[in-house]
Amino acid sequence: MLYINCPHCGLRSQNEFAYGGDATVKRPELNKEISDQEWDNFVYLRKSPRGKHLELWHHISGCRQWIKVERDTSTHEIFKTYKANEAIE
Amino acid sequence: MSQDFRLDNVGMVNREKKISFKFNGKKYFGFEGDTIASALIANGVHLVGRSFKYHRPRGFFGVGVDEPYAILQLDRNNERDPNIRATEQEIFEGLEVKSVNCWPSVNFDIGAINNFLKMFFPAGFYYKTFMWPPSFWYKIYEPFIRMAAGFGEASIKHDKERYEHKYEYCDLLITGSGPSGLASAYAAAKNGARVILAEDKPRFGGSLLTSDVNIGNQTGVEWTEKIIAELKSMPNVTVKNRSQVFGYYDHNMLVMSERISDHLPKTQKYLPKQRLWYIRANEVLISSGSIERPLVFGNNDTPGVMLSSAAKEYMKVYGVLVGKKPLIFTNNDSGYETAIEFKKNGVNPIILDTRSNPSSDIITEAKNLNIEIRFSYVVVAAKGYKKVKSADIAKISDDKKELFNIENIECDCICVSGFWTPSIHLASQSGNKSKFNEKIDAFVPDKSKQKENTIGSANGIFTLEETIKDAFDKGFDVSNKITEKNNKVSVPTVVEKKSTDHDKFWCVPLPKGKSYKRFLDFQNDVAVSDIELALREGFRSIEHVKRYTTLGMATDQGKTSNLNGLQLVSDIENKVVPQVGHTTFRPPYTPVSIGAIVGREVGKHSKPTRKSPMHSWHEKNNAVFVDAGVWLRPRYYKQGNEGLFEASKREAKNVRQNVGVCDVTTLGKIDVKGPDAAEFLNRVYTNAWLKLPVGKARYGVMLREDGIVMDDGTTTRISENHYHMTTTTAQAANVLSHLEYYLQLVWPELNVNVVSTTEQWAGAAIAGPNSRKLLMKLFPNLDVSNEGLPFMGYKEADLFGVPAKIYRISFSGELAYEINVESDNGYFMWEKIMEVGKEFQIQPYGTEALSTLRIEMGHVAGSELDGRTIPYDASLEGLVSKKKDFIGKRSLNRSAFTSTDREKLVGVVPIDKTTSIPEGSYIVKDPKAKLPNPKLGHVSASCWSVEYDNPFSLAIIKDGKNMIGQKLFAMSPLKNKTIPVEIVSSHYVDPEGKRVRS
Ligand SMILES: [Zn+2]
Repeated sequence: MLYINCPHCGLRSQNEFAYGGDATVKRPELNKEISDQEWDNFVYLRKSPRGKHLELWHHISGCRQWIKVERDTSTHEIFKTYKANEAIE
Repeated sequence: MSQDFRLDNVGMVNREKKISFKFNGKKYFGFEGDTIASALIANGVHLVGRSFKYHRPRGFFGVGVDEPYAILQLDRNNERDPNIRATEQEIFEGLEVKSVNCWPSVNFDIGAINNFLKMFFPAGFYYKTFMWPPSFWYKIYEPFIRMAAGFGEASIKHDKERYEHKYEYCDLLITGSGPSGLASAYAAAKNGARVILAEDKPRFGGSLLTSDVNIGNQTGVEWTEKIIAELKSMPNVTVKNRSQVFGYYDHNMLVMSERISDHLPKTQKYLPKQRLWYIRANEVLISSGSIERPLVFGNNDTPGVMLSSAAKEYMKVYGVLVGKKPLIFTNNDSGYETAIEFKKNGVNPIILDTRSNPSSDIITEAKNLNIEIRFSYVVVAAKGYKKVKSADIAKISDDKKELFNIENIECDCICVSGFWTPSIHLASQSGNKSKFNEKIDAFVPDKSKQKENTIGSANGIFTLEETIKDAFDKGFDVSNKITEKNNKVSVPTVVEKKSTDHDKFWCVPLPKGKSYKRFLDFQNDVAVSDIELALREGFRSIEHVKRYTTLGMATDQGKTSNLNGLQLVSDIENKVVPQVGHTTFRPPYTPVSIGAIVGREVGKHSKPTRKSPMHSWHEKNNAVFVDAGVWLRPRYYKQGNEGLFEASKREAKNVRQNVGVCDVTTLGKIDVKGPDAAEFLNRVYTNAWLKLPVGKARYGVMLREDGIVMDDGTTTRISENHYHMTTTTAQAANVLSHLEYYLQLVWPELNVNVVSTTEQWAGAAIAGPNSRKLLMKLFPNLDVSNEGLPFMGYKEADLFGVPAKIYRISFSGELAYEINVESDNGYFMWEKIMEVGKEFQIQPYGTEALSTLRIEMGHVAGSELDGRTIPYDASLEGLVSKKKDFIGKRSLNRSAFTSTDREKLVGVVPIDKTTSIPEGSYIVKDPKAKLPNPKLGHVSASCWSVEYDNPFSLAIIKDGKNMIGQKLFAMSPLKNKTIPVEIVSSHYVDPEGKRVRS
């Protein structure tokens, strides 16, 4: 069970969180004309990298903040956690 | 039977307390502190089971977790426990165990015929035998495999025992209380660290309980007792026996199972049977010790052949002799300790040492005790079927390939020692890649992966002096990192006699003309010949060899067999063991009961139960409840002999004719606040929200980004920047997360806050033609006329002194209002509504009537918004704005979503107007068409229309719009029904929506 450092609450067990997928996906702006391909990429296509991955976690049984977690998908090592609006290094 | 093999005044069992127990129906006696194994051996019983494949007789091989043979079935306090190890289970008064995998009895087992047919059961015989013809699978192969498979029988009863979970944090977790565990725990605890010391056995001390050593001028046992007593007295230390750390998971989370009551006749009140500890440890010291390796020779699975360390422990801990004519077969000094122990207890052993000319203090001692020792000698084969009676022994050449002077000598047990295998399981589970240590012919942990270190013999350190010194150092270093303190305790002096040399020889060659089975895996009956065959057939990867032969795949997970298996593969392949590599260790290290894993989350406790503030009223008024997510909701209120059908019909009818009241507390409620709230809602919902005035509600539909409907509900503008959103009961939590996602991550520039208020409000829906009259009486000072409080209007008022919110919204399609009061006032509100409503013939209605009312109105709910439908499918396309963008809008342009033959919501009525259509039925054109019959769609919800007094269903079918008026068929293969139906509009009642606006 992962031990995730919520930037708002501190170290908490994984069972307080819900996984939210790739944090680098950016939603296309509203009212912007975009191609089917671009939209499909946003809705459906995700990379499944082995190694470092910036991902979203929702501290659902805690502060209810969405946070970003930089994690290694194969070793599960967590390098850093960020608030939703924090700049990623 | 008397305890013929019990020694006087030796061991640690409590001689004061005699305990009786039953094995295979026969009564035996042991002492408190005995395991089933030690008590049976004391009584001379060595035949306890049958092997998995050949049904060969099985005895005892070890004395702990590594036991491959003595797997029994236990009955305790009317509960059945399969697969318990006799070497671990302590006896208690009245305990009953029996053998498994034998029929009709362990003494006469018909399955043993397999032993004589063994040429037909080679490696991979499952894959070879049960292939063709395919038709044999169902009736012949599967029943045969099922009958032959597995040990023991699981109980099919509900387990009444209690199991607990515990979450714990510590600076340092130490897994095992042998010399290294004790030393490191002591050093770390003295330096201020919060320590948990876990011991799998009932007694602390590990190898110190049985080795003839001296630490700080005390015996191993004395030193253990002193250290444990001191650790127990320290507030920063938790010491646990009967506790197995079985899993090492991510981020230094370890799981331990504590057997609290398994050794007692009955679980005590307020105590669980077992407790599972989830331990988040800052640092871990793995001191899980090592397991003695078998030597491999002919018929080495005969009862009476056992590990030499086990024989020693049976003597020293339990005061039990495993035999009176022991043969010790060893390739290292460990066997000598056992021999000396026999000798001290008046039994004359013979030592066969594979080494030609070893020397050490302990060998000298054995010689001085006049123990017969034969160097360069091996056991060729054990003789005897249900128990060892003699052994063929031989001198072996220096290259270990030739046998000379084969002779038969009498013996009643053969104690083998092929050196030691470190228990690296936990280190390996933590991600530590192990490395092969040539000196000890075994794998040891390599570089730490998580915050773990392995100490003592688990790390391949086999001298006590080095173990103690290293453990004291590690305990200090690790605690110093955490506490930054410098209290160092001095390391005691250590005296031991044995050396750590061993002979690399482990497998005795077959003598010419003999084909003895030489077993590697004792539980799964994997012999040397099976591995040889697998390699001949082309299996190379050790993972494949393992699966093909089932080596190491039994309940003992190969604790005594893995390394010899690897050794054999590398010998045949002319490789060295590290080239072959080893198979992966996965948790659990030892079997864990399902009950412990589940803990207390069983039955009603598996999830929380949520009840509305009016719950007790519903109970008092004969409500029959239904689970709605975690909520309990009244399904109907039973009157007299009514069943579900009659009651819900009566309730729904009363809504249509008079007035009904329904508990709608469970609906999700979310407060949306902030200057940008309107803009936010406008992006979340498919319809327009910017112009909703204060005091008005609007129905809205929200999508996921993929265009599928996520949820629907009404949202009311309470004040300028404050909205009250409602969601369906089922989606409440998901909708909140969804909103938070967009506010926090996608549009952080919007100044909006959301919070769940579901539990803050109690809700009652009042529906029916009399509802306005009722409202007038409930709120005499409020203008509730159609002009004062129009459809989709909102008002705040006072309900007999209690502040209330009134929303004129309707799910039933009738003139209806929803009243919300603070939860604490919910019961009061409900009683007032019932009291005042009496004169208008009010009746409460449950979810079944609610369903009926919404179905015949064609209002969609969860069964239509099932995660597959877009707004068009549910006839909600009128709510999709063409002017603005919103979540999921771009997806609606996808070709699949704009296609004209999409399935769409319609109504379905049976032609005969009497046969109810089962939910889930397929709608088809031709019921006799060839299978698979092309389906047009499915029936999503069914009810008995109270308006027309006939069955009515909603369905979602292809090209629904153009199907109205068609005569089709509803088929339910499950219920074996085919019903001729007519497709009608989904708005079966009041299609113009006059009533809600009246
Ligand atoms: Zn948090």
